[in-house]
Amino acid sequence: MLDVLANLGGWWLGIFKRLGRGFIFLLQTLAGLPGLFLRPGLVIKQLYSVGVLSLMIILVSGWFVGMVLGLQFFITLSRFGAESALSVTVDLTLLRELGPVVSALLFAGRAGSALTAEIGLMKTTEQLSGMEMMAVDPVHRVIAPRFLAGIISMPVLAVLFSVVGVFSAYFVGVGLLGVDSGSFWSQMQSSVDWREDAVNGIIKSVVFGFVVTWIAVFEGYDALPTSEGVGRATTRTVVHGSLAVLSLDFILTSMMFGEI
Amino acid sequence: MKTTRTQEIWVGLFVALGFAALFILAMKMSNFASYKATDVYRITVLFENIGGLKPRSPVTVSGVRVGRVESIDYDPNELQAKVVLAIENGYNFFPVDTQASIYTSGLLGEQYIALEPGAEDEMMKEGGRIRHSQSALVLEELVGQVLVNLTSK
Repeated sequence: MLDVLANLGGWWLGIFKRLGRGFIFLLQTLAGLPGLFLRPGLVIKQLYSVGVLSLMIILVSGWFVGMVLGLQFFITLSRFGAESALSVTVDLTLLRELGPVVSALLFAGRAGSALTAEIGLMKTTEQLSGMEMMAVDPVHRVIAPRFLAGIISMPVLAVLFSVVGVFSAYFVGVGLLGVDSGSFWSQMQSSVDWREDAVNGIIKSVVFGFVVTWIAVFEGYDALPTSEGVGRATTRTVVHGSLAVLSLDFILTSMMFGEI
Repeated sequence: MKTTRTQEIWVGLFVALGFAALFILAMKMSNFASYKATDVYRITVLFENIGGLKPRSPVTVSGVRVGRVESIDYDPNELQAKVVLAIENGYNFFPVDTQASIYTSGLLGEQYIALEPGAEDEMMKEGGRIRHSQSALVLEELVGQVLVNLTSK
């Protein structure tokens, strides 16, 4: 009986310990960000592997998500003779929710897991402690550029996702199903608010980029230095990252689009 | 860690693509273009019932958009809804006996304010007030009236 209680307590203590380590780690990373202005090359390299290499999956899924949205909304809206509202519905869905959320989930799977695995392997092969030996702070040198690259890439990817999605909905709606092209764009421009819808979506994606990248680099840095440990850390990045995105999305949505 | 030339080009392309997408988002996919800071003047109008009118709803004259609803409030002295309209300075030819009505675009569409210029020589200025207003049609009231007409026979 006492063992159960002790285990329960130990489990909670472990959670809080990890949370505390994660937060201290975040502060150290943030402290390393200003130093990056002197070495922009590090960030560019990470922007390439985090952002550019994620382009393909984001663009292709954005295209298909947009096509599916266009088709589904068309089927439902045409029952009420409201096909002209297709563009507004698709645009709002993408800008407010699907753009930031789906691209963040894909980002956690594509770039977050890669970051964790890379950093975890660096730790396993003692490259990180090697840097410490040479008086180079690995948090400043390895973690900070990856963190910054993640925060920059995420909103870019989310905006691209939404734009590609709307164009594919245009392709389906106007090209294949015969919605009027002029009303497609003008309805969108008259009902979608720049500040209220577009900017809020971008703010969401910045928050998601921050959280997902933080989780990814921390899991890598905190991984057990064994092949199994790195594998587990990678899994945790995807699971925790996705859960964090989805739960944060609810909080952000209720703050942004709840009662104004 | 040196970056290769191709990486730099790709990152540049990535960022440029992001800005291009943002531009399309602003110009094509939202109302950013209509945010242009044109000079406006404000006039107030009181309505019995504004129905579903919202701030930023369009204000039109003969169907041409000349401004937007700036704010909606309740006037406790007049016991009516007070709507402030922001009209673009280019459209400064509304006589003081202009009438404002709330219409709906389509059967279930959004509501907007339509202005009908009157015949006076004096023109409306900043802070002016429209005296003639026609409230929004409330579907329930209409149905109620029809029912009363049908049953009173």
